[in-house]
Amino acid sequence: MSSTTIQIISRNKYYNWLVKNLFSSWVNTILTVISLIFVYQVGSFFLNWAIFDADFRYNFQGELIIDRGFCSKNIMPGEYGACWAIIFARWNQFMYGLYPIEEAWRVNLIYALLPLAIIGILFDKIPFRRYFIYFTFIFPFLAYFMLYGGPGLSVVGTNKWGGLLVTLFLGVTGIGLAFPLSILLALGRRSKMPIIKSLCVVFIEFIRGVPLITLLFTANVMLPLFLPDGVNPDNLLRALVAVTLFQSAYMAEAIRGGLQAIPRGQVEAAQSLGLSYWQTTRKIVLPQALKIAIPPIVNTCIGLFKDTSLVLIIGLFDLLGIGRAALADMTWTKLYYEVYVFISLVFFIFCFGMSRYSLYLEKKLKTDNS
Amino acid sequence: MSTDQVIHLEKVNKWYDDFHVLKDIDLIVNKGQKIVICGPSGSGKSTMIRCINRLEAHQKGTIVVHGTELTNDLKNIDLIRKNVGMVFQQFNLFPHLSVLDNISLAPIWVKKMPKNEAEDIAMSYLEKVKIPEQAKKFPGQLSGGQQQRVAIARSLAMNPDIMLFDEPTSALDPEMIKEVLDVMIQLAEEGMTMLVVTHEMGFAKTVADQMIFMDEGRIVEQASPDEFFNNPKSDRTKLFLSQILNH
Repeated sequence: MSSTTIQIISRNKYYNWLVKNLFSSWVNTILTVISLIFVYQVGSFFLNWAIFDADFRYNFQGELIIDRGFCSKNIMPGEYGACWAIIFARWNQFMYGLYPIEEAWRVNLIYALLPLAIIGILFDKIPFRRYFIYFTFIFPFLAYFMLYGGPGLSVVGTNKWGGLLVTLFLGVTGIGLAFPLSILLALGRRSKMPIIKSLCVVFIEFIRGVPLITLLFTANVMLPLFLPDGVNPDNLLRALVAVTLFQSAYMAEAIRGGLQAIPRGQVEAAQSLGLSYWQTTRKIVLPQALKIAIPPIVNTCIGLFKDTSLVLIIGLFDLLGIGRAALADMTWTKLYYEVYVFISLVFFIFCFGMSRYSLYLEKKLKTDNS
Repeated sequence: MSTDQVIHLEKVNKWYDDFHVLKDIDLIVNKGQKIVICGPSGSGKSTMIRCINRLEAHQKGTIVVHGTELTNDLKNIDLIRKNVGMVFQQFNLFPHLSVLDNISLAPIWVKKMPKNEAEDIAMSYLEKVKIPEQAKKFPGQLSGGQQQRVAIARSLAMNPDIMLFDEPTSALDPEMIKEVLDVMIQLAEEGMTMLVVTHEMGFAKTVADQMIFMDEGRIVEQASPDEFFNNPKSDRTKLFLSQILNH
């Protein structure tokens, strides 16, 4: 076959696809045209605003933007788009909060190591997975030491933490701590022991019946009451407790759904071979149940990651809190769109990543041999 | 008590809420005996053998296996389960594990056997059920007959002295029944103590040395196969036999 025939065939292929999917009938054609106009309008408006007519560090006169007065759009109203200089100027706060900038390398190191710490859990067919998993278990201690400080490193109190650091800390630690807790809760809820069962049911239903904001307030105000005098956990830790409990209740329900999907015969077969309850749970029930429950678990994780922004109401400066603080600064005030679009983008990157991962797993589950 | 006696059920009763499933069951099984249990569905035959390894708990009467009485004591239950293997109607293989892992799992975790030793044993039992070439596959890739043979191998790998079969061929396509029954016949010839719930009367005639007919939670008739098939005493047995033999 000559190359021209290939071209014609492939051109026909695209043509056929277009006709079949976009222009198959009059109604379809009209909808296609309207949609294209809409996408073009919105897309071009946004791209012009965000990129082509936007300022980054310098305005249209080539001056470094040091406050909102230098933004092109404030010099020539109506002509220019976003003024991203606020993000650059506040970059360190967005990433580290009030973390001393000469110590910020510690945070950067943890940011860089975080993917290595979770990759072993996310993918089961990577080389040296065993070592990645070891690292996963070492990582929390390493992260605590690097971020908080200790022998050889200056202590940076959590009141200095902020921005993405707080968001990731609450999200990742909350999910990480909630996971084992939620497995126990889900197993407990299906237990035959009435006291354990009712404790788990009451816990899960109570947490699920209360908004996260309420839990955050409660943890903030009431946690010190339950602890001995003098022990005064800092705000971040209180928020972490609330977030973890909240997440564990939702995750437990997702896992319980997985547990319910395992046929009774699986447990009976394991029992008849002499496996104990915990062996049966660990080797037979959980591997199958968690596999089924992963998509809903990831869903709850996405929800939690976004909900961490609620901590700003108890005075923590997560990404959103830092953004609002930047807007409260007289030099940058009123650049709402820029700040909120940037924060949305950061949340979107993480949540979209989780969502894609969940889709990847669903596909993998279908093609797996089981 | 004779030393040959491996299972002893005495006045065993069981209820599901108000429903009386087992009524005063008495049964003695001697070492090496092959007992085939039949009866209409809902007669309690599955429940009876499931009581022997405590997948179901009885409420009244005593069940003694190898001199150990089954009570709520978990130690006794574990002890008995190690010596009593079970094969299910639905195979109940572990779908997330390979065939080899299905079989070596219990030797590794219950008997604390080293992994390679357990896998050697698993392979030897796979050869015994004639599908060693399937070791690396997953249960979902096997036919029903192959799955059931893996399930038998999995049970045998714990080296039990008693095997319970709960309708092992009922979920199989007709052409696969024979390959499973052949394995069971071979097992019987090797002297395994077997309790088999089945409606495969050809199999019963070949291997059974005792037939039991159950109905409505009672053992209605217990006899040698010869007597059972040629000269059944109770009318209920006669009716049942006429229904399953004449079609």
